[in-house]
Amino acid sequence: MKFVKKASGIALAAMLAAGLTAGCGGGGGGEKKAADAGKEIVVGVNAELTGNVANYGKSMLSGFELAVEEANKAGGVDGKQIKVVTADNKSEPSESGNAATKLVTQNKVVAVIGPATSGCVAAEEPVLTANKIPLIAPCATAPGITLQKDGKTKPFVFRACFIDPYQGDIMAQFAAKDLKVKKAAILHDSSSDYSKGLAEVFTKVFTANGGQITTDEAFLAKDVDFKASLTKIKATNPEAIYVPGYYEEVSKVIKQAREIGLTCPMLGSDGWDSPKLVEVAGKEACNNGFFTNAYTAEDKDPVVQKFVKAYQGKFNKVPDVFAMQGYNAGLILFNAIKTAKTTDGTKLAEAIAKTKDLQVANGKLTYDEKHNPITTALVLELKDGKMTLNKKIGG
Amino acid sequence: MESGFLHQLVQQLINGISLGSIYALIALGYTMIYGILKLINFAHGDIYMLGAYIGFVCTSILKLSFLPALIVSMIGAALAGMVIERVAYRPMRNAPRIAILITAIGVSFFLENVMILFASPQPRTFPAVFTATVYHVGAWVVNSQQIVILVSALVLMVALTYIVNQTRAGKAMRAVSFDADAARLMGIDIDSTISMTFALGSALAAAGGVLVGIYYNSIDPLMGMVPGIKAFVAAVLGGIGIIPGAMLGGIILGVVEALVSGFISSTFRDAAAFAILIIILLFKPQGLMGKNIREKV
Repeated sequence: MKFVKKASGIALAAMLAAGLTAGCGGGGGGEKKAADAGKEIVVGVNAELTGNVANYGKSMLSGFELAVEEANKAGGVDGKQIKVVTADNKSEPSESGNAATKLVTQNKVVAVIGPATSGCVAAEEPVLTANKIPLIAPCATAPGITLQKDGKTKPFVFRACFIDPYQGDIMAQFAAKDLKVKKAAILHDSSSDYSKGLAEVFTKVFTANGGQITTDEAFLAKDVDFKASLTKIKATNPEAIYVPGYYEEVSKVIKQAREIGLTCPMLGSDGWDSPKLVEVAGKEACNNGFFTNAYTAEDKDPVVQKFVKAYQGKFNKVPDVFAMQGYNAGLILFNAIKTAKTTDGTKLAEAIAKTKDLQVANGKLTYDEKHNPITTALVLELKDGKMTLNKKIGG
Repeated sequence: MESGFLHQLVQQLINGISLGSIYALIALGYTMIYGILKLINFAHGDIYMLGAYIGFVCTSILKLSFLPALIVSMIGAALAGMVIERVAYRPMRNAPRIAILITAIGVSFFLENVMILFASPQPRTFPAVFTATVYHVGAWVVNSQQIVILVSALVLMVALTYIVNQTRAGKAMRAVSFDADAARLMGIDIDSTISMTFALGSALAAAGGVLVGIYYNSIDPLMGMVPGIKAFVAAVLGGIGIIPGAMLGGIILGVVEALVSGFISSTFRDAAAFAILIIILLFKPQGLMGKNIREKV
């Protein structure tokens, strides 16, 4: 008991000390900024550094830090060094608003990168819009976050990734034009908006391209047995099956589809991107599997490889898609500061919206009028358990 | 495909029976424990998960083959079941039933979170203990794993029926379930009989867990939640407290799920399963096998 008390006392002291230094650091930074006005640009990162999606937030932050390091080494942006201030939103939307308020009021940031997840971005956005500070969400895919209720584009909100429906579009075209499939079946996760949205767009685009959907079946997250649905799908004789969803269920879908003798191509979305997919489904079962993604470290494109090497040099691991998008968000922001030649929020947001053919880690990037980037999409093919690049679209 | 409908029907029955036999294995434990303690043991689904993890350790780390792994996992889960009963339920023997029910929910959360802590929430890949051979019988497809599941489930159910009906311990279990006070007066050790029931029920759930691990190739700490509820439905469907009822309920549930997904829509699958439960309870509140003179365990 005594030990516990002591330990918690030490922990408390440590926390207090950390709080104090952080406080001092922040305050000091503020004063310094006043003194050195014009010498550095303070950018905030609101990230999921703890909590259940901490790995997304951490990767995103690492990617952004790499972009900052490169920009500062090259003499800064518009002649000024970039200074990063981070705030942890603990993977919770309620904390995300607080983190944004802290960045804006205490740290006086000129722009905010992050958070990674759409829910946290939605919670942060009102704070930044009220203060006229632009926000780039590197990997928030929900279509609604850049739009107001009346359908108009929010002036200060941008993202650095493609939106969910775009993937369904790409895969439908790939199925119709590259795989020359005429009849496809769909098996989607009816408990996930992501999966439902993709299935909808796939159906629309695939039928517009002359294809036919034989049947659209559904499952729920955490389901383990798909044989009944797959048997039904098999009876409709599809030439391909679209399974937008996350690897946990998809891996079992693929395994069981092959077991009941469905040999046709299996098509999917970026939720497939995990080594667990091949582990659970088995290498052979995964052959003839295709899915859309924004990026792969296996891409031999020199632009991509340059980013991968730089990232590995700094963090000693292969960058994932969140790191790539965090890095891209940095490039987008610095480019806009250069062209706007100011850090005034309104002008900066206008400059970001005008981003056109910007060279980013995975290709070229241009914003559409809804502040969604038109950027590279990849179709990856699973071959003997390896993800290989089959087709690159845009960028 | 002229005989498309008949062909599909048989294939869906194969799918449904293999799924249903797993529900039945878990439902047996529910029903036995309810029969003897009038307790709905919500931790039962997690014992199933625990069994799957013991099986995982046996096959992937200790490199045991299928049968030894199954037996070790059943023994491990039986011990766990006895410990849970001793620690969590026995002190509550005379408490109001709602208190024991809440304790059961607590045990369930405890097991799930301890497993998340030690084994991480990530799903694990179950090693392939035997290669899955696919048999084509006519136009139908049967997987060797489906056969193994069905055979193991049948053997275990026969063994259980034998233990309950033909052995002294089984007789004691039936007596305690029928009237605990009278059984005590007859000199039956109630505590050890209840302990024995938990051991048997948990061992069956663990067998279900290992079979599922092999069949679906992946296990995770929360894998027991949904099958736990489904098996509970199966037990109530067949008449809770009645052993053959749990088997029947499990198989019916599996077959209904497969047929509904196959012929109506997969979105109605769970709705149909629960709708059948409601209909049966409306017309036969004791469950399908519930009779006036109930032979309970």
